This record gives sequence, C-alpha cells and structure tokens, in this order.
Amino acid sequence: MTYDVFMAGFGGQGVLMMGDLLARAAIFEGKNVSYYPSYGVEKRGGAATCTVVISDQEVGSPVIGQPGAAIILNQLSCDKYLEKVRPGGFCLLNSSLIELPANPRDDINLLSAPLTEIARETGGDRLLNMVSLGAYVTATGAVDAASLEKALEQALPKRNHRFIPMNIEAIKRGAALVEK
Amino acid sequence: MTMQTVFERPKSLKDVPSHFCPGCHHGLIHRLVAQNLDRLGLQQQTIGVASVGCSVFLYAYLDVDVIESPHGRAPAVATGAKRVQSDKFVFTYQGDGDLAAIGTSEIIHAANRGEAFSVLFVNNTTYGMTGGQMAPTTLLGQESATSPGGRSAERDGHPIRMAELLAQLDGVAYSTRVAVDNPQHVRQADKAIEKAFRLQRDEGRFAFVEILSTCPTNWGMDPRQANARVAEEMIPCFPLGTFKDTQSQEGNQ
Amino acid sequence: MSQSTPARVFLKGNEAVCYGAIEAGCRYYFGYPITPQSEIPALMSSELPKHGGQFLQAESEVASINMLLGASACGARAMTSSSSPGISLKQEGISYLAGSELPGLIVNISRSGPGLGGIDASQADYFQAVKGGGHGDYRMIVLAPHSVQEMYDLTMHAFDLSDRYRMPAMLLGDSLVGQMKEAIELRPRPEVELPAKDWIVTGKGERSEQRIVKSLFLGDGELEAHNRHLQAKAEALRANEVMAEEVALDDAELVLVAFGAAARIAKTAVRMARETGLKVGMLRPITLFPFPERHLARLAETARRFLCIELNTGQMVEDVRLAVNGRREVHFYGRPPGTGSLPTPEELYEQIRESY
Repeated sequence: MTYDVFMAGFGGQGVLMMGDLLARAAIFEGKNVSYYPSYGVEKRGGAATCTVVISDQEVGSPVIGQPGAAIILNQLSCDKYLEKVRPGGFCLLNSSLIELPANPRDDINLLSAPLTEIARETGGDRLLNMVSLGAYVTATGAVDAASLEKALEQALPKRNHRFIPMNIEAIKRGAALVEK
Repeated sequence: MTMQTVFERPKSLKDVPSHFCPGCHHGLIHRLVAQNLDRLGLQQQTIGVASVGCSVFLYAYLDVDVIESPHGRAPAVATGAKRVQSDKFVFTYQGDGDLAAIGTSEIIHAANRGEAFSVLFVNNTTYGMTGGQMAPTTLLGQESATSPGGRSAERDGHPIRMAELLAQLDGVAYSTRVAVDNPQHVRQADKAIEKAFRLQRDEGRFAFVEILSTCPTNWGMDPRQANARVAEEMIPCFPLGTFKDTQSQEGNQ
Repeated sequence: MSQSTPARVFLKGNEAVCYGAIEAGCRYYFGYPITPQSEIPALMSSELPKHGGQFLQAESEVASINMLLGASACGARAMTSSSSPGISLKQEGISYLAGSELPGLIVNISRSGPGLGGIDASQADYFQAVKGGGHGDYRMIVLAPHSVQEMYDLTMHAFDLSDRYRMPAMLLGDSLVGQMKEAIELRPRPEVELPAKDWIVTGKGERSEQRIVKSLFLGDGELEAHNRHLQAKAEALRANEVMAEEVALDDAELVLVAFGAAARIAKTAVRMARETGLKVGMLRPITLFPFPERHLARLAETARRFLCIELNTGQMVEDVRLAVNGRREVHFYGRPPGTGSLPTPEELYEQIRESY
C-alpha cells in the first residue's frame, strides 16, 4: 500500500513540520517514507510545500504530479494545486482562508473546514497543522493517530514536550471533522 | 694548526647549481631561509609551501618537505596543512604577483585569522617568470612588458604596500619589510626571518616578512645596477621597517 | 534491536553526507556558504569538534578547495562542499588535486545555471563533473546518490576510492536528494584495505629524502609520463569500480538511463509502465565516472531502444550514445532546471509511452 500526500500553504503555517511529523509517524509503523520539502527563497512568508510518500515497498519518486491526497491551507495554494489532486483522491481545504471555486471538483473527496478557527479555539493558530494532520490521517488511514503522538515526542525538543497534550487535542479536533 | 669553519652552506640548503639569473636575490633569500631553519633546528619538521612564479622551485633548493600550491593560494594551502600538522613548522614563500595580486584574498584572510605559519614575501616589482609584466608592486613610471611608457597612477593605480596593509590586521603578530641589497640589510633580513620563525615555533603566531628583491633580467639592468636600484628607487616607495610587532611596543610605527 | 541492525534515523540528504563523512574518518571541512547545501557546513561546524576535527569557514570557495589541498597533502581525510557556482570556483583547485594526485571529497549539491540560475534540483553540472571542469587531461571519481541512504553510503565510499586511487572524488547531488528526508541506517564504515599514505608531507623527521607534493613537471618527457600514469589510474577505475543499479532490466525492450534525482523520479514511472504491461527497465549509473559503458553496450544487444532522462538539456545522453554506439536508437527527455520544472513520474510515464 502506498500513500502520497501533498501539503501547501505559506511559510509560518507549519506545513513543513506537518509533513515531517507524518513521515516520522509512518517510520514508527515500519514503513518506507520520503519527505520532500520545497519553499521559496524567502525565510518567512513565502510558499511552503512538501510531499510525503509512505509505502510498504521501496519509495520511488518523492515528488508526485497527481497526489492521492492534498492538504491546502491558503488561497494561493488552492488556486494552484487543487486541480492536481488525483481523481478519487482526498483533499482537505482550509476554508478560513480559502474561498471555494464556483465549481469545486466533484471527482475527489473534498473536505472544506475552517481549520484556522478550529486551531484558534483549541489553543492558537500554530495548531493549524495539527488540526489538519488529524483530519488527514483519519480520512485516509495513512498512519495511526497514536504514531503521531510518538512522532511529536521525537520531533519536539524536550523543553517543548509540555505542549504535546495541546497538540494531541488539536489532532483529535481535526479527526472529529472526518468522524462527523 | 686547526682550521675553524667561519662560513658554510646551511644543511637545509641543497648543494645544487642555481637556475636563478645573475644578480637575482632569490638565491640569497633562500640561503637566509635555510640558515634560519638550521639555526632554530626546524629542518626536519618543516613543511614549505611553494607558490607560482620563480619561487616555485623552492623544493629544488631547500631540503625540506614542500607542497606546491596554485597561484596565490599558498596561504590557503598552508592553512590546511598547519591545521592538520599543527606541531610542524609551516611557511609560504611567495612573489608579488602571487601574493599581492591574484592571492590578496588568501593572504589577507589567513593573516586575519592569525594562522600559525610564517609568510616570506619577495617583492621585486615585476612578474619575473612570465617575462616582466606589471605587478601590483611595480613603481610609478616603471616600464614593464605590460606598462609601456611606465606605470600610470590613473590607469594602473599605485604600488601596493603589503607589509603596512597586513599590519592593520589583529591576527598578525609581526609585519616587517627588509632588503638584502647590502651586508647590513642582509643581517637585518636574517634577524627578521629568525624573529618570524621564532614567533611561529614558540608562540604559534602569524608573521609576515616582505623582502625587497632584484630582477635584473626583467628590469633590463646588470646585477650591480639592479642592486643599486633597490636603494635608489624601491626603498623610497617601500620603506624598510617594522609596521607591527606585538612583542615590542615601540616597534609599532 | 540487534546490534547488527543499526537504528533507522530520519535525516535530510545533506545531513547524511555529514554523518557519512565523519564515520569515514573525515576530520577537516573547509567551505563557504551557498544554498542549497547550507545544512552541510552548519552540521559539520557543530559535529566535527566533537570528534576532534576542525571546521573552517573559508573566505571563498577558491580558498576552501586549497585548504583541502593542504590538509590532504598532510595526510588527512578532508572535504569541502558547495553548489554549482561555488563548484565552478573550485575547479582550479580540483585540477591541482588531480595533477598532484591528492585525494579529497568535493560535494556538489548542484543548482541550476548558467550564472546565478536558481536553487532548484538540477543535473546541469554533469559535463563539469565528469568531463573535467578544470584545465588539463584528468579524470575525477564522480558518484551520484539517489536516496538519503546513498548520500551516507556513497560519501564513505567516495573517501575510500579517493584514497585508493589518489584522485579527487565528487559526490554529485542536487536539492532533491539534499533536502529530501528519509529514514536511513547509519551503517559502520566498511572495512577496506587501503594503500599506506607513504607520500604525504610531514616534515622530513627521520627521513633523509624530502617529499614534494606537486603538479609541475618540466623535465623532458616527465609530464607525458605523469599524464600516462594518471590515465592508467582512470583505466583501472573503469575496469574495477563501475557501479550501476539495474531496475527491471531482464526482459526490458525500452531501457531508461537516468542518475540521481531523475532516476529516483523515473523509478516510479518504470513501475507505472510495468503495471500497464510495458516491458520497461532502467539502468541507473551510480558512478558517473567511471561510466557504466559496458553495461550499456551489453544492453544494446537485447533492448530495442533507450530513453535517457536528465534534469538538463542533454549531457549524459552523449555518453549513453557513445556506449550504445549507434546500434539502437537513443531518445532523450530532459527538463532544463528551474522553479516548477521538476518532472513528475506521470510526465515521465508519458515519455515512456512515446518512446516505447
């Protein structure tokens, strides 16, 4: 089984951290994984995208033309990347910052939710990526939410471990969007 | 009757014929380097770094280990060498085209880092090996293969004074200019080289010795005329003296 | 976890290069900042001192390659890294390393050009790497990793080859393999027997003969003999050190040839083609010099056609055509590197269908 997901937003939305965490979680599950980040030359505020491929087999290309899933967090990325999602695939859109096109795609499983607002209710805008990740893994089954927890422990420096419960709460809020 | 040796070839200097032109000071400067290696007991632990130009044949005359470096890069090569073999004695031997033109970046930054090696800079106001082209040290008005009619300040800029320039850098322990055109100057040059070598050996400090030298062939002079030109034309532009000496407070001019 | 299976760690390709170098015994790094390889100097500056090594940020790429030259002449395993414009500046030093028969690792996390170009994944430096970017008649060992694991493994291998043949070695990557993260095993350095470094300068010590590391040979016939010696080493590399990965080649009628990032993307395209019943395989040169020309000549006997894929407008394809020697058609598909021009597996699959 192979999962690939493309994530896009602007710098500061935690796109790269989100991809990194997903990759780590999949590694905990014994999968082969590639994580490929791409971002503008600006250190802040530019476009930030990444692709994560999770597979039982050897991972081939770390870049995917038509990803099976996408997490899109801002308008610019939506305008550019929504059309690329593979027919039959899954796409999560952040309606807090995205105005849906007049004819959104009907050949994919599209979930549009006010992710930034949900993050803010949960504890702050910075939790946007965790809310998104929760929704994505629940919709696709790419990894277990429990693996994300382990990934957080590994990726965050010890001094930030006190924020882990809040992150887990954000992942759950994201998951709830799908479970509804 | 016992004979006392009063003068002999330093051990560090090979017993081979020289290829240098008659009246060129390189041979004399090589000898001063060799006798200081002997004096300080450094021959067996020395790594010399040869540069590009007439100075490249350092290893043909000095009986020490030598790395030949690309043009101007001797201070970078010496940096790498000394960092690996920090207990060895490392020096570079460079001409004016090498050090003051193509290699200005390397010498300035090695000096600024205070690398623990010594630099011998031979300034003869011309590119010797390539046939007497204008160097950064060529005097105003001096004819060369590439400054017909003489070096012009407007077109070519002024001669560059490296010993003064490097004295500005905090990493430099000692920066001096000497000549070898008369016996008194030769003795002073000998002392300057010794001091530079001691600073490395005993304190791990960077020292720079600029040595004014002749190039009779490219100057179009006979050896005696060339030797006289050092005092008449070069020293007025490149004054002898010590521009930085961290060991002696009054040494700073 | 058993002792024989090292833990998997999640690393960027650029970071894997550093750990590979340190495991290989490299203790000296000289470099100058440039994107997209900045993780290498950053990690080396913090890691090398922990291993008794030294990191030095040089004033230029020119200085850094010459610092490597000095360190190598003194017997150390040393490296530098940069990206394309910086590698251009290092060509002088690389030529001198080759001429002076000095080992050393040069990592090129290449970017697009010419000139300042951009920072995207690029294979536009193939010619520069394998055809001699510096002056003179020399060859350099060039290894092209396509995964983070290979960034680690081939860094160690490059040091061994470089020491064995007394020849500079380049690890030729790009921002895809440099910035990508994967879980890899930090394997222990392979045990290989290498010739003693009986040529390094150390100060004469107890020796009576001086040692000279140089590339100037002015005596009658001296330089010709030196060049023949250098070429004999290149010949030995061609005979003994070629590495290539064969992907689904057994019954392949169309053979893709790609290295590094392009090969990595093409792997998925080959899988897609196989899933639709096309007999497609791939030969992935891992050593770009020595080039797997005999592999290709052999494949030219059985395959119907070749398709060379590169992130440039056609460089390695010239070597593929030489090896195939007119016996089969060699198609080419390349994307000149730049923002947004990284090909996708789907795009390469379309090319496969067209060439099939």
